[in-house]
Amino acid sequence: MKKFILTLLAISLFSLATIANAKTIRIGTEGAYPPWNNLNTAGQLEGAEIDFGNEACLRMGVECEWVTQDWDGIIPALLNGKYDIIIAGMSITEERKEKVNFTNGYMTDGARFAVLKGSGLEDMTIAGMDKVNLNDAGGKEQAAIGQLNAAMKGKTVCVQSATIHQNYLEKHMAGVVEVKLYQSVDDTNLDLLAGRCDAILADVGSTIDYMSTDVGANVAFTGPTFSGGVFGDGVGGAVKKEDTEILEMWNAAIAEMLADGSLSEITKQWFGRDISM
Amino acid sequence: MPLLFFMLRFDLLIFGDTGWGDELLISSIMTILVSLSAMGLGIFVAIFTTWAKISGNFILKIFANFYTTVIRGIPELLVIYLIFFGGSASIMYVAKIFGYNGYIELNAFTMGTISVGLISAAYSTEVFRGAYSILNKGQAEAAHSLGLSKFHTFIKVLAPQILKHALPGLGNVWQITLKDTALISVTGLVEIMRQSRIASNVSHSPLTFCLSAALLYLILTTFSSKIFNKLEDYSNRNDIVA
Amino acid sequence: MNFELIYNNFFIILSGLDETLKLVVISLSLGFIIAIPFALARASSFKILSQSVYYYVFIIRGTPLLVQIYLIYYGLGTILFVRESFLWIVLKDPFFCGVLALVINTVAYTAEIFRGGIQSVTKGQIESCKSLGMSRFIMYFKIILPCAFRQALPGYGNEMILMVKSTSLISLITIMEMTGLARNIMYKNYAPVEAFLAAGSIYLFLNFLIVQFIKFLEWKYNPHLRIKT
Repeated sequence: MKKFILTLLAISLFSLATIANAKTIRIGTEGAYPPWNNLNTAGQLEGAEIDFGNEACLRMGVECEWVTQDWDGIIPALLNGKYDIIIAGMSITEERKEKVNFTNGYMTDGARFAVLKGSGLEDMTIAGMDKVNLNDAGGKEQAAIGQLNAAMKGKTVCVQSATIHQNYLEKHMAGVVEVKLYQSVDDTNLDLLAGRCDAILADVGSTIDYMSTDVGANVAFTGPTFSGGVFGDGVGGAVKKEDTEILEMWNAAIAEMLADGSLSEITKQWFGRDISM
Repeated sequence: MPLLFFMLRFDLLIFGDTGWGDELLISSIMTILVSLSAMGLGIFVAIFTTWAKISGNFILKIFANFYTTVIRGIPELLVIYLIFFGGSASIMYVAKIFGYNGYIELNAFTMGTISVGLISAAYSTEVFRGAYSILNKGQAEAAHSLGLSKFHTFIKVLAPQILKHALPGLGNVWQITLKDTALISVTGLVEIMRQSRIASNVSHSPLTFCLSAALLYLILTTFSSKIFNKLEDYSNRNDIVA
Repeated sequence: MNFELIYNNFFIILSGLDETLKLVVISLSLGFIIAIPFALARASSFKILSQSVYYYVFIIRGTPLLVQIYLIYYGLGTILFVRESFLWIVLKDPFFCGVLALVINTVAYTAEIFRGGIQSVTKGQIESCKSLGMSRFIMYFKIILPCAFRQALPGYGNEMILMVKSTSLISLITIMEMTGLARNIMYKNYAPVEAFLAAGSIYLFLNFLIVQFIKFLEWKYNPHLRIKT
């Protein structure tokens, strides 16, 4: 009886022993966000950020260990010490800066609405603008937002929760559209196909990747490409506030990779276009 | 129904590099491990809380009652979120109370074990308490008259009998624990639910992987109930059948 | 511990109470009604009926509710046949998908509880019914079912509490009830304890009400067990 209890206790406590290797950097990523980071059928991570991270670690002379984590828990897991840096398509925003420090941006991609072909909403041009940058938004940008709101009034828009896309909808389209929140980007894609969503808002690279699959062939963009403002300033790596050394190492590696063009090569390979910063 | 059959992507379930079969199998083992771990922690904590409830000490009883009422009355998802989002700070704070001053690394397995284990402990406490109330009070009196200390009475006389009566209830708690491990995906632990969600996201086929997950859980619960039935038969082997 | 945050969050989460209550009330009512024929089938002497309900309960109890919810919401949504049929009117809406999953789940557990109640009616009662010449229908309706409900009250109270807790899983299919709102607060403010306290206390209060309600029903329907003054 005693032995039984002791073995149970031992099993439950063996999980507590982990010795961290000083020369290893653990990188947290989502693994469900192609082409940024994704898990393939072999159970391995692949994507633009995976290549970027591995290359950066090579240049820094450290071992890299990748850890996957669901998006909604990705920052708390960092703060819990599960990994040392987040490389997961995370945009640099003021809101997040309150909790974590960001490296310099390494990639940047806009956000755009996507709908099903034949829904009547596709390929809308708003105020003649292709790109809308919300940094120092003036009258033109406000007019574009207003026109988009009028066109999408009463529709259902689906986004991944805890993202800049959710922030945009809550800030600029509150009360105009019905917002639905999902755990991952693919869930929004599934519901767009199923007809539960009239539109989704996600970043351009991710939606293009979905459009290239056979199930996603019926998806089309609509409206302008957004950036800036509530969408943040590019994608950066997130570290805990006290990890200044790791931050500097990564900034150095990013600067190096931007300067010699290897970063733009990686993005061209995965996104089909150069989205390095 | 046959239409449903053809919708399933069996090609995705094969083992090896092009299918998710091997990952699903590994995640099943992870589910078993974290359930065992949580159940172990749960029983360990439950021993103390049951003792608190039956000891007669008023303050201990209030704390134990508060613990079981709150944990059983609040959705498991919220308990898991609190422990995960509350993070290492709270766990280390609690550990300090118990005198452990080291650094506890909170990997996903530990998080999962602690969250599901605390929930499991609340249910196990109720099972132990119920089993204790069935016991013949005469046993404790006889032990006392033989000069056994309170501690020895508990270990040698009461605990084995409590365990025997608690077995059916514990079987139920085990099933609950096993199914609650499906809720810890937020911690990032790759058990059956999380692995099937990953696979369904990558392959855009939720039907195949939800059904696979359901099948895997069904296999685990069926085997568990068979094992518990054998255990119950074994512990009841000396009972007189009228 | 930011008290102002708890106060603000409390009202945000309280606004999700109506979704939670809608889910609970609709699922429990439908579940209660549908479980009665299931329980009768399970307790009957027709092997086919009894076995099929047994397997239904076995499968539902052997799989987590979350898997069932995902299967109904995402799984069925990918089948073109379902999307083009009349079923889509119900299955398109996440609320009704949630209700469907909860009802399927609660029917399984409730049918077992009611079966226990039905089978606990003593043989003596049934024999006296037959000797009085009651038809089967009247025997069930007037004697067995009321007796069974009385026996099932504690078990069903437990099931009601489990149902309230199960509604929190519906937040994972976009319904913004209390847990969904609490999770949203946790993402935005990284204030898990405050959000947890606010949501948890409301759930505890709901469960407290249910326990009191069941106690009242037990008092009302067991006049023979009341202490006579």
